[in-house]
Amino acid sequence: MIELAGLTKRYGEKVAVNNLTFTVRPGIVTGFLGPNGAGKSTTMRMMLGLDRPTAGDVRIDGKHYDQLKDPLTYIGALLDAKAMHGGRSAFNHLLCLAQSNGIPRKRVDEVLDTVGLTAVARKKAKGFSLGMGQRLGIAGALLGDPRILMFDEPVNGLDPEGIHWIRNLMKSLAAQGRTVFVSSHLMSEMALTADHLVVIGQGRLLADTSMADFIAQNSRSYVRIRTPQRERLLDVLHTAGVTVVETGNGTLEVDGSKSEYIGELAAQHQIVLHELSPQQASLEEAFMQLTAESVEYHAHSDTPVDAPLPPQQQWGADWKGN
Amino acid sequence: MSTPQPSMPQAQAAVPNWQTGGGPSYAGYTSPIPVVRTHLGHAVASEWTKIRSVRSTIWTLGVFVLLMIGIGLGAAALVAANASQESLNNENPLSFGFFGLLLGSMCVITLGVLTTASEYGTGMIRTTMVACPSRGRVLAAKALVFFTVAFVTTLASVLVVALADVALLDGARTPTGQEWLKGTVGVSLYIALLGLLSLIVGSIIRHSAGAITIMIGVVLAPLVIALFMFSQSLEDLRQALFEYSIPNQLSVFYSNSLTETGPSGWDPLWIILGVTAVAFAGAYALLEKRDV
Repeated sequence: MIELAGLTKRYGEKVAVNNLTFTVRPGIVTGFLGPNGAGKSTTMRMMLGLDRPTAGDVRIDGKHYDQLKDPLTYIGALLDAKAMHGGRSAFNHLLCLAQSNGIPRKRVDEVLDTVGLTAVARKKAKGFSLGMGQRLGIAGALLGDPRILMFDEPVNGLDPEGIHWIRNLMKSLAAQGRTVFVSSHLMSEMALTADHLVVIGQGRLLADTSMADFIAQNSRSYVRIRTPQRERLLDVLHTAGVTVVETGNGTLEVDGSKSEYIGELAAQHQIVLHELSPQQASLEEAFMQLTAESVEYHAHSDTPVDAPLPPQQQWGADWKGN
Repeated sequence: MSTPQPSMPQAQAAVPNWQTGGGPSYAGYTSPIPVVRTHLGHAVASEWTKIRSVRSTIWTLGVFVLLMIGIGLGAAALVAANASQESLNNENPLSFGFFGLLLGSMCVITLGVLTTASEYGTGMIRTTMVACPSRGRVLAAKALVFFTVAFVTTLASVLVVALADVALLDGARTPTGQEWLKGTVGVSLYIALLGLLSLIVGSIIRHSAGAITIMIGVVLAPLVIALFMFSQSLEDLRQALFEYSIPNQLSVFYSNSLTETGPSGWDPLWIILGVTAVAFAGAYALLEKRDV
């Protein structure tokens, strides 16, 4: 369990993380999504006690990170694959981490086996490929067999086999009852692994919802219609009070999922339809729509950074309404 | 014993024991790995693994020992071959270890800086601080491990050179017990503290090349500047720069100061101890304040 309350980080005038409040719960994979520069890594660094928050609070199982006496057995983190000394062997890298937390030496061999690096355990880390470095970083996160795991962009630069492995690893860790928190800037990746979703943009919380709700609420659904009797159909729909959007390639689009109703209307007026298909915008589009709003808000805002911010609720209401 | 205590379970639930598996509100996975309450000893073990598992340690200390023993023995042999019996009279034979020590100190400085600054260069520091959130403990463990390694290595090399000097230079007088102590343990403590100061500067600067440059400047600049300070009005400053320059402080351990005034006896050791302590406090305060 990770609890954030009003977490804020400023670098001079720039607000990197703005009043974030959410909870990461055990037993599920929580995706932490946002475009590049949204403040994901800064948030994770504050969770791990690397950066001091300007305001607010973050607690790991009720404690501040620096109150944890043996942090690796509470929380394992993969921050970036290259956060290690390239001249040190994989085994010694993990050994020095294990020693600092009083973790038995045999765990080093165990996690090397788990991530499949046993064969290169005595090789220097600087000779490792990106994927091997990522695996070594994950071995470090698993070292203390922690109940909370945090991965910052774990699939970056991995081949399909590696991506598949990480997805399954995260799911199995969550299935064991652990808290799994994983950041990404790829919505499609999150859709495959995450059960819960926290979306931030420009350091602000944009969404904190289950994956299913997010899909239902954010992907725009519409009905695509093709007909040779275009003008008649437009008339009929207009009379029925349905708003129609004409697209460039001769098709019509109606917002919402009203395909049955439109089909019945067309049948009543004996209009021939060549296509009547419910459509759903992709999650990637939904994500871009969501984060674009935050960008738009900032572009139109003349208020200085220090001005009081609108309450978080207003933000949620804003996108839920659409 | 038999009295029922209905309030007990509630009291336990209200104060969950995090160290042994968490309370009801944070239920989840429980690891079979025994949980250990860590202390400085764990951090020291970790830092020992780090310092022995990188090649730069082997290189800097290897070159250090080579310089110390090579130059020390070379100087002793040269003096033994060229000096007459009379000219060595009243000379402290241990003082010929000075040249190797001065050059060798550059290696100790380099290793000291690398112990802290290289973690910032590679990004390892983030992994280190996540594993041990007590930043002061990390710095203390690094300082302890490095100081011990530097002191033991220096003392071993200094002893070899000292014994060779005494054996080769027949004409020189026999050093007193105090001179032995200063010429071996004293200089070794001084060099190890100089390395520790470099480690602290590395932690403050967070950049290997920058910190090494600063430390070499600290060692050599005062002496070089004083050499070219010809103006009469600057005579006092020139004198102070000479007397308190690190090479001159080193030579005090052999009772061979450039001047009659200035630090003498064990003074250099107290000076560097004070400077290092102040720098350590500053580095600790910065480490606590700054983001990693």
